Amino acid sequence: MQDIINTAKKLIDKYNIGEPIKIMEVCGSHTMAISKYGLRQILPPNIKLISGPGCPVCVTAQNEIDAVISLAGKGMTIATFGDLIRVPGNNSSLQEERAKGKDVKVFYSPIDALEYAKANPSKEVVFIGIGFETTIPSVALTIKEAHAKKIKNYSVYCLHKTMPKALEALVVNGSDIQGFLLPGHVSAITGSAIYNFLVDKYKIGGVVSGFEAQDILMSVVMILKNMKNPKIEIQYKRVVREEGNADAQKLIEEVFEVSDATWRGLGVIEGSGLKIREKYSEYDAEKKFNIKKPNNGTEIKGCRCGDVLKGLITPKQCPLFGKACTPLNPVGPCMVSSEGSCAAYYKYGE
Amino acid sequence: MCIAVAQKVVKIDGDVAETELNGLKRRVSIAMVPDVKIGDYVMVHAGVAISIVDKETAEEDLKLWKEMEEALRESFKQN
Repeated sequence: MQDIINTAKKLIDKYNIGEPIKIMEVCGSHTMAISKYGLRQILPPNIKLISGPGCPVCVTAQNEIDAVISLAGKGMTIATFGDLIRVPGNNSSLQEERAKGKDVKVFYSPIDALEYAKANPSKEVVFIGIGFETTIPSVALTIKEAHAKKIKNYSVYCLHKTMPKALEALVVNGSDIQGFLLPGHVSAITGSAIYNFLVDKYKIGGVVSGFEAQDILMSVVMILKNMKNPKIEIQYKRVVREEGNADAQKLIEEVFEVSDATWRGLGVIEGSGLKIREKYSEYDAEKKFNIKKPNNGTEIKGCRCGDVLKGLITPKQCPLFGKACTPLNPVGPCMVSSEGSCAAYYKYGE
Repeated sequence: MCIAVAQKVVKIDGDVAETELNGLKRRVSIAMVPDVKIGDYVMVHAGVAISIVDKETAEEDLKLWKEMEEALRESFKQN
């Protein structure tokens, strides 16, 4: 391992032009891997790895979090991925609601949540659909199955977001990002062509990367090598094909349609979200329970999660980091989620 | 949320497969990877297999990493 790192360092030195270079990763698991393997410390000082909007829980807008929490008070069973339950809302969190006796259940997969709904027909199960293209097919599967089997007590509160338009929002007004470490498993679904606009319109290249230290270092080498002639490449070829997973794409297309979405830090981005198609509207919790997102979904005071997600500041530049905001007592989602940048910086002492 | 570890398919029953990782068995949906066969490795996300790991490429990656190591060892010897 040490040998590989040393070799990678030599290659990086070979292609390093010495000018300041910013490479942004947009996948929470990359964020964790970079911190865990200490990759920032390995790179020459002019090459900076910065985190972008890659943690699904973190990019969920504050008013969406508040809407989810208030849903718990309405007698339904809230079914969610574990990361979400500790995210603070303006007044409470799902964890606090659970402590008050509300029915909040953590599931590893939406399929398990649907099974739970089937086994408990007297309960109204609402799955909180958070996540990018990687997660979306699993949720689509449950909606299709619930529809086919006429299951009436299961629905999805769809807060899903998709990657390409968010990347564009980061660079559309000019930016100092010179390369993207592109998400491995999002791309397993979407393929890599969805990123071509970065090169065509903005002359920024990117590499779809795996999650091992070697993968990420190799991807950095590839980005540096292509710096003068930017392109989109796949380093993680053992899992990602250029065309992606056609079956998953078809399923997403069947169940969802493109909509606008609100991102923490980035605001409303046109075409960056999904909503459930009319055909499946009885599984759309937003319609079924007339969920309204509060207008005053103000960011939590002092929390700079939004700026961290845009790569404008590193977690350490937030005045709350490690003081008022720690994993035990998180102020914002970037410190809560196991994929959040602040949690990664804190855990690995960066 | 991305657990980047491949799991081995040991049993297939319609749209569901049993996978194994370090002795732990799981049931995962293979609806997204209809061509999967017993013995294949799949990447699993939220209970759904999203990609079949290409063994040749995985082996190439390993080989490349080993070559990088070898090259370095050689250069240490020479110095």
